[in-house]
Amino acid sequence: MKNFEYFRPTTVSDAVAAAAVPGAAYLASGTNLLDLMKGGVTRPNRLVDVTRLPGLDRIEHLADGGIRIGALVRNADLAHDPDFAKSCPAVAEALLSGASAQLRNAATVGGNLLQRTRCGYFYDTASRCNKREPGIGCDARHGENRLHAVLGWSETCIATHPSDFCVPLAALDAIVEIEGRAGRREVALEALYRLPGDTPERENVLEPGDLIVALRLPAAARAFSAHARYLKVRERTSYAFAVVSAAACLRIEAGKIREARLALGGVAARPWRAHAAEKLLAGANTDAAAFHRAAEAALAEAKPSGDNLFKIELAKRIIVRALTLAAAGTPARMPALPASLFASVSGVLHDA
Amino acid sequence: MNLSISLTVNGVRRDVELSDPRVTLLDLLRERLDLTGTKKGCDRGQCGACTILVDGRRINSCLALAISHDGADILTIEGVARGDQLHPVQAAFIAHDGFQCGFCTPGQIMSAIGLIQEAQAGDDPERIREGMSGNLCRCGAYAGITEAVRDAQQTLATANQRRSA
Repeated sequence: MKNFEYFRPTTVSDAVAAAAVPGAAYLASGTNLLDLMKGGVTRPNRLVDVTRLPGLDRIEHLADGGIRIGALVRNADLAHDPDFAKSCPAVAEALLSGASAQLRNAATVGGNLLQRTRCGYFYDTASRCNKREPGIGCDARHGENRLHAVLGWSETCIATHPSDFCVPLAALDAIVEIEGRAGRREVALEALYRLPGDTPERENVLEPGDLIVALRLPAAARAFSAHARYLKVRERTSYAFAVVSAAACLRIEAGKIREARLALGGVAARPWRAHAAEKLLAGANTDAAAFHRAAEAALAEAKPSGDNLFKIELAKRIIVRALTLAAAGTPARMPALPASLFASVSGVLHDA
Repeated sequence: MNLSISLTVNGVRRDVELSDPRVTLLDLLRERLDLTGTKKGCDRGQCGACTILVDGRRINSCLALAISHDGADILTIEGVARGDQLHPVQAAFIAHDGFQCGFCTPGQIMSAIGLIQEAQAGDDPERIREGMSGNLCRCGAYAGITEAVRDAQQTLATANQRRSA
């Protein structure tokens, strides 16, 4: 690991000033950053430790019904907060389907949003990667790429955003509060991320020094709490990134869908909101035909970036499954295997 | 820059002058404090062998910078027994054959102590397996580990009931 200067500011403005210089990076828990630094993938000259900044570790219930989550709230604390889990069950389920208990105890909300892709070529410094070294080329494009993007990718980069947490957040119109050199601003989570285009090294709209200080879920997010699920296919039962995932949140009245929210994970460089599918679902019956139509619409623009045509069909099936589960209702208790397709009840068919 | 930190490790205050900000909690425990019970497996947060409790929560010590944890209260495998009396989780791992080679065991035991304190799994084997999925065992002693955690959870719950009765 390359050596670095270590700063531990005590105010947000000091942190922003310290991190605005070239080569600086923010350090929260470091569960992703230290891994990248050990591998020489990221080589910051300066770490600005934000873990002691005051006031960023709270979950607040706002007067307008919204929920404000400080950037330093730990993943486990958010997922197990009873009020939050009740209001936004798909978000809690997504959180608990990610990483391991140890990592969730450490990892922060802000860090989760800014975690880097798990593309193997990005991690392997002997490979060419346009994210790591702009313009050098992409070895994933014609390499081992069965887990890579099927939406929004470009010839320069086919990596996916790995977060589970961000998928229901995108579906529920989460807002990111950012403190920067020019003061405070807000960005919709969906608009935080850039698609790769010709500049895959620019993954989000943050400017040097910008610090995510909080995440806000609008009051409207609560309206979906009775019919909200996150579903995630992974290559082992637990402790693995998504091959494909989906967050499905429905508002059902008199047997019809009044409003739907749908987003996909593991398919693009950002959590992928399926707006066209949501429009089709609004007013529809909660039946398989409607869910299949939504799934087709969500993947209409998809194309394989390599050996991953299967992910398009898989994503459609996961959407249908997630919508079916959401329509059936949010479980009273968090499933033993959160977001899993596999039943934990002995004797029940896995593909039931 | 001042790189000295103070930690409470297994109940004892330790003041450490760091030579370098890159030192992880894992390396600090093993190389500076000679507490080699905490193991370095993958060193990348994937295997769980380095699990310790920091301020009562289980984390991967390989992905924690020591300098960032100034003032923390740390519990490692060396601090869980009381003299010759094993911690109930240690005793249960022996009773249920929860290990073979033993390399992952300190991390498994610290993770299990954390899991039981978190009180999310109860004695449901599926929830225990899920909650312990951040600890890999290459000998494949998972069946014994699950039974050990279940047993220890019950022992500790009974002890707590007795204390509060």
